[in-house]
Amino acid sequence: MDDAVAREPRALTGTLAERSTPRRAASPRVREVAARLALVPTVLVMAVCFYGSIVWTVYISMTRSSMLPEYGFAGLFQYNRLFNSLSWQTTFDNMFIFGFLDVVGTLGVGILLAVVVDRHVRFESLFRTILLYPLALSFIVTGLAWQWILSPTIGIEHFVRGLGFPHFVFDWITQPETSIYTLVFAGVWHQSGFIMVVILAGLRGIDPEIWRATRVDGIPVWRAYVSVILPMLRPLIVTCIVLIVIAVVKSYDLVVAMTGGGPGFSSDLPAKFVIDYVFQRANIGEASAAAVIMLGSVIAIMGPYLHFEMVRKR
Amino acid sequence: MAQVSIRKVVKAYEGNVQAVKGIDLEIADEEFVVLVGPSGCGKSTTLRMIAGLEEITGGEIWIGGDVVNDVPPRDRDIAMVFQNYALYPHMSVFDNMAFGLKLRKFSKEEIKKRVDEAARILDIQMLLERKPKALSGGQRQRVAMGRAIVRNPKVFLFDEPLSNLDAKLRVQMRTEIKKVHQTVRTTTVYVTHDQVEAMTLADRVVVMNHGVIEQVGPPQELYHNPATRFVAGFIGSPAMNFLSAQITDNGGLAVELADGAKLAIPPQRRDRYAPYKGKKVTLGLRPEHLTETQDQEKPNVVQMDALVDVVEPMGMETMVHFFVRGEPVCARVDPNLVIKPEQTLRLAADMNNMHIIDDATGKVV
Amino acid sequence: MAAATNQARIGRIGLYAFLVTTCLFFSIPLLVVISTSFKPLSEVRDFSVFQLPAQMTAAAWGKAWQSACTGTECAGLHIAFWNSVRIVIPSVIISVLVGSLNGYALSHWRVRGADTLMLALILGAFIPYQVIIFPLVKIFSTVGIFGSVACIIAVHVLFGLPVMTLLFRNFYVGIPNELVKAARVDGAGFWRIFLFIILPLSVNMLIVAAILQTTGIWNDYLFGLIFAGHNNTPMTVELMELATTSTGVVEYNVSTAAALLTALPPLLLYFFSGRYFVRGITAGAVKG
Repeated sequence: MDDAVAREPRALTGTLAERSTPRRAASPRVREVAARLALVPTVLVMAVCFYGSIVWTVYISMTRSSMLPEYGFAGLFQYNRLFNSLSWQTTFDNMFIFGFLDVVGTLGVGILLAVVVDRHVRFESLFRTILLYPLALSFIVTGLAWQWILSPTIGIEHFVRGLGFPHFVFDWITQPETSIYTLVFAGVWHQSGFIMVVILAGLRGIDPEIWRATRVDGIPVWRAYVSVILPMLRPLIVTCIVLIVIAVVKSYDLVVAMTGGGPGFSSDLPAKFVIDYVFQRANIGEASAAAVIMLGSVIAIMGPYLHFEMVRKR
Repeated sequence: MAQVSIRKVVKAYEGNVQAVKGIDLEIADEEFVVLVGPSGCGKSTTLRMIAGLEEITGGEIWIGGDVVNDVPPRDRDIAMVFQNYALYPHMSVFDNMAFGLKLRKFSKEEIKKRVDEAARILDIQMLLERKPKALSGGQRQRVAMGRAIVRNPKVFLFDEPLSNLDAKLRVQMRTEIKKVHQTVRTTTVYVTHDQVEAMTLADRVVVMNHGVIEQVGPPQELYHNPATRFVAGFIGSPAMNFLSAQITDNGGLAVELADGAKLAIPPQRRDRYAPYKGKKVTLGLRPEHLTETQDQEKPNVVQMDALVDVVEPMGMETMVHFFVRGEPVCARVDPNLVIKPEQTLRLAADMNNMHIIDDATGKVV
Repeated sequence: MAAATNQARIGRIGLYAFLVTTCLFFSIPLLVVISTSFKPLSEVRDFSVFQLPAQMTAAAWGKAWQSACTGTECAGLHIAFWNSVRIVIPSVIISVLVGSLNGYALSHWRVRGADTLMLALILGAFIPYQVIIFPLVKIFSTVGIFGSVACIIAVHVLFGLPVMTLLFRNFYVGIPNELVKAARVDGAGFWRIFLFIILPLSVNMLIVAAILQTTGIWNDYLFGLIFAGHNNTPMTVELMELATTSTGVVEYNVSTAAALLTALPPLLLYFFSGRYFVRGITAGAVKG
């Protein structure tokens, strides 16, 4: 998960809402040259640096480029090579394993915390402060801290052995079969506070009359959450899922700091795979193909989501 | 079906702020009682205490012969209709109405029977599959009532249910609510800040102000015999005119206004007002009892002159505003009269319908 | 009745037990890192991060700041700290101002193609950096600034553009257009309205956005690694170097101290601006 994720897509859903409402017609604004001029740099930057770059990368992914870009069209050559390489297969599978567990864990912990804090606990702001501080930390620091805690030589395993269990083993982070799961600990730890505040804000926005109605209807509190309140927040929860998934696809720093993708490439993720292939292995063709797969994954998630949001708002 | 008793009920919040200051109210079985008053008068708090949504600080609430102070809402056998309807947005109309029954483990057939029956009463059979989002305000209102009806509770509670509807729909739904009550005859407590709603719906109206009950009675009684200055001013639209005055007795008991005008008090009321001679009082007179002069005046009508300030033609009547020594007064006159601002108009005050309020106590004497 | 109250009480106790346990789980990583950073070198051989220091010393902090080795150089993190400062301050100022200007132009003026630009920005916020990083390297090399402070600042502004613009746009649509109209009637134009009406009304949002950007840019690793160049490496990059450079024994006390030094600025920002911080990270997501 890339640090920047912590600050990225929040502004989005609100924007979508307004885009599809007819407020524009209600207050016709004035055309002015200055307004257009002010936007010119942004338009240029978006066109060249974002979309131009995407087009270039997509094209390069269909050439035989390796160390330097080549422009002869080669079809799906790089994709073939990519999906036949063992390291990419692991990396690609890892994205789904990590993604699934991270979504379930982060969402589960985040919602549970939000519900608990919503029950008018005392010292709420203290609890919130503690639960949210990981978000202020970089994934580098987060990854290092968890690497130390999970390390068999200085972390939990060593500590528990010292307590008088000399055969205690907890070495997930050094085992190829399990190292990918350790990323989930750090991911959940870092992100569930964010999910908590988002869901909590949603819970606080529930009309108090709904709560009164459930009480008069005689619905137990837990049942009210499960059957009434959380279903009412479904759009918000879907937004949370999308945000977590995007974060998973972009996960780079966490892997670098925690496992370095290892042992071997057992905990590698696409974001790291691409950077490694561009800058260390100097294989921009294959890297571009992998990057396009990443882009495809994001579009596969965002497309239906944006569509759903627009339809819902309308 | 049940009666509701409220005995010396107090609601205090932290810092000793009393929202409800020890009120007593007996509501009979099948009665429709409306709590009315300005915002912050304690009416909604009282309703929520009956519902069990607010704890009772002091006193007792009885529903159908049991003290319910410590009974949670679900065990009080009440149903409530909320201002924002509080429909569950992700459930269909049917499920909204059925949810409470499901949790009470009613059989499928029984649930269906009850929902269909309620839907028939409210005329929403064709909406049962829809989600609340797809309903108009009035339809949501009906569903909210349906949710209450299916439970067949001892008491219906309404918390300003019409305040989110536009004026026209509000009048229509008012009639609907009355009709539903006439059909199901469930004891009903209804809260509103709209005195017209209170007057039209209630068997008895309870006027509240600052956490106390000012007066309880049938609508007509409140209108004609308000007990306090607050009730006199709150019930009736446009509001009653209040003029500071004195009771004098220079050749016949009369009300002397601030500008020196003397209005004779009808003989049958002399004994009532005589003790207030020389005291500061307020004369209360509704606009409809201050009209244009007739050729043939009824007994006990006195005349006064007014310098017209603003004229408001309303169609079936015309309101004339003027001042008596800085105090605004409104009179209701024949719409056919041609009246201009700044002109002097002779008006007739029907003293048979006058009210005298003792300024010291705020009570109508 | 008594049974019900009892049940409620047990429920409350369970609630707090869960919360306290979770908070413990959340604070443990920070606590063990803090405790390790105060250990002397003698205590970080064959040790566990969960042991408290027997002897407290700030020596590791000094070393992390002044003399720890990162790669081949041994000057601690203090140079990288100032690099980060030099990168963060201009990046934040520029990206926040550009974001608010764009947001203003898009929300209160009629611009042809505004909807398309909005859509491009929304999608831009979600694009994985990996897709455009290599072309960007090419572009900056061509311009001739690759590997300079200007380059890394440009990259941060660039990647901050979509989110900042959308954040401010969403905020500005809440400001009634009548205000802009009134100012126009009073004779103000696009820029004056921005300076004298819009900016003064957005102080809170400017703070929120600045905090968001400061945290994000300070914590960035990837861009700093690729675009900053050797003489401008930010703190996160140097921290990774420090943590992975081993000369014989691993000095965990120095690594933890270095990690804390790197984490300190955003953490302080978080603890002292809690409300703004939370508002920043939830802005928008909640509206949906």
